Amino acid sequence: MKSGGYILKISREDVLRVAELAHLELTPEEIELYRGQLDEILSYIGKLEKLDVSNVEPMAQVLFPAPDDRQPELRDDTLVPCDIADAVLAQAPDAAKPFFRVPRVIER
Amino acid sequence: MSTAASWTISAVRDALRSKEISARELTKDFFARIDNRNRQLNAFLALSVDRAFAQADRIDAMIAKGDALPPLAGVPIAVKDVISTRDVTTTCGSKILETYVPPYDATAVGRLERAGAVILGKTNCDEFAMGSSNENSAYGPVRNPIAIDRVPGGSSGGSAAAVAAGLAVAALGTDTGGSIRQPGACCGIPGMMPTYGRVSRYGLIAFASSLDRIGPLTQNVTDASVLMSIMAGHDPNDSTSAAVPVPNYNAQLESPLQGIRIGVPEDYFGEGLDPEVREKVLAGIALLEKLGAERIPLHMPHTDYAIATYYIVATAEASSNLARYDGVRYGLRVPSANLREMYKKTRERGFGPEVKRRIMLGTYVLSAGYYDAYYLRAQKVRSLIARDFSDAFQKVDAIITPTTPTPAFRLGEKTADPLQMYLADIYTVTGSLAGVPGISVPCGKTKAGLPIGMQILAPHFEEGRVLQLARGFEKAGGFTI
Repeated sequence: MKSGGYILKISREDVLRVAELAHLELTPEEIELYRGQLDEILSYIGKLEKLDVSNVEPMAQVLFPAPDDRQPELRDDTLVPCDIADAVLAQAPDAAKPFFRVPRVIER
Repeated sequence: MSTAASWTISAVRDALRSKEISARELTKDFFARIDNRNRQLNAFLALSVDRAFAQADRIDAMIAKGDALPPLAGVPIAVKDVISTRDVTTTCGSKILETYVPPYDATAVGRLERAGAVILGKTNCDEFAMGSSNENSAYGPVRNPIAIDRVPGGSSGGSAAAVAAGLAVAALGTDTGGSIRQPGACCGIPGMMPTYGRVSRYGLIAFASSLDRIGPLTQNVTDASVLMSIMAGHDPNDSTSAAVPVPNYNAQLESPLQGIRIGVPEDYFGEGLDPEVREKVLAGIALLEKLGAERIPLHMPHTDYAIATYYIVATAEASSNLARYDGVRYGLRVPSANLREMYKKTRERGFGPEVKRRIMLGTYVLSAGYYDAYYLRAQKVRSLIARDFSDAFQKVDAIITPTTPTPAFRLGEKTADPLQMYLADIYTVTGSLAGVPGISVPCGKTKAGLPIGMQILAPHFEEGRVLQLARGFEKAGGFTI
């Protein structure tokens, strides 16, 4: 952890905002702990700023474009039976076939 | 009769065919060994006893009838717990899936079982495959069988430990940033990562969808080749599965290494590399030269940016993939007054610290205002890293590096500083980002007896070349150099 006048790049509010987006409920201790760790990691990954990427395409797919012009394999758009409802609902914490039952969604 | 650590695929085949042992007896033997050592090593989380014996009995019936046996008949194999096995709990090393029982098998598991393999059980791993030491498992760490105060590596620590300790003939692991190769190196066994898309990801519980791969950890290179030939190939259930024909790996395996150009990138031999690891890997490279390989120096200029790139791309993908663990459809649910509370409480209780850290990092780099500076930029640097490889492969047929900067570290040594732990992946994340295949092979030991790994990387879909180099190295005594 940092000490001696070092200002962390990531604020407590940043951590809370991110935790909210990620549906994580953190304890106050966790907020401080993760804040310090995330700050250290973000400082490290900031080294990417040094690179000139102005003429570089982002790599969206690992294998494409392929050197031999091979295209991604697509299957035919045909319906096939998919009789999995019982197997899937068997895993559910609270199933009411065909639904997954959850606590109240709408408050007002 | 084979001793504890030396049952291999061919030893099993010979023993079963000569009726020296039955498949049931062999399976019983392995379960006894697991019973003996698992308390100490914590390599296995669950054992699929009934399923294993049912398969063994099936194989024994075939032997009794004189039927031709499939290539993995009776071979005891373990499966990392991020890979779905029908009716066998699959926890991903997490509390959030403590009670999850998949209703289906991963394609890779199905292929092995149809080839006769006996599935012994599920191995321990870092939670959701996030880690380099198997200390992030919600079910306790795994110990390295070579030195039990040390980590086996991660995230496939349980699989590596099981194979190294002779508790399975082979095991499936997964590799996203090094999680097969690095534990292979730490435990002194071969660990192979196929090309992205070579082995189906159907049934692999996703961590980072553009990086995840299933691959084998084995006693020797030949076994890796056999497992690869059974698992590789297009699967319509995996949309990223490559429709590239699978060559006959076994046929290429014993070919001599004369004339193969091996690239040695200076960027992997710089600061931070343990001197004993450097010495052994350089000796390994010299051995390959003695076998006829031509050594060519390389510079791969974006190597230094790979960890930063990986920990943006992988965590971003993980934050998306792990959003599904919300208590609704499977796994842990913390009863709550309303839906949002249920999501938050379930995830707070169900996820460990490393998983939370990576989800938050991933969420941050994808969030509005930061997406361009982090995620988009990282995707561009990924292109540059992949280009380093395609440029290198214009000049060389394979790239040789150390697998890890140090041998296995002590339990607890790096847990206080996540970034230090991430830097252990420094030589493996590059290949992960570029999608290329690779293997870690044992390459001697340190003076203290800790295994060292040498990594062999090749162009996309050149698993045959990776295996050929590894096999030549093994035959010439490279593993004990």
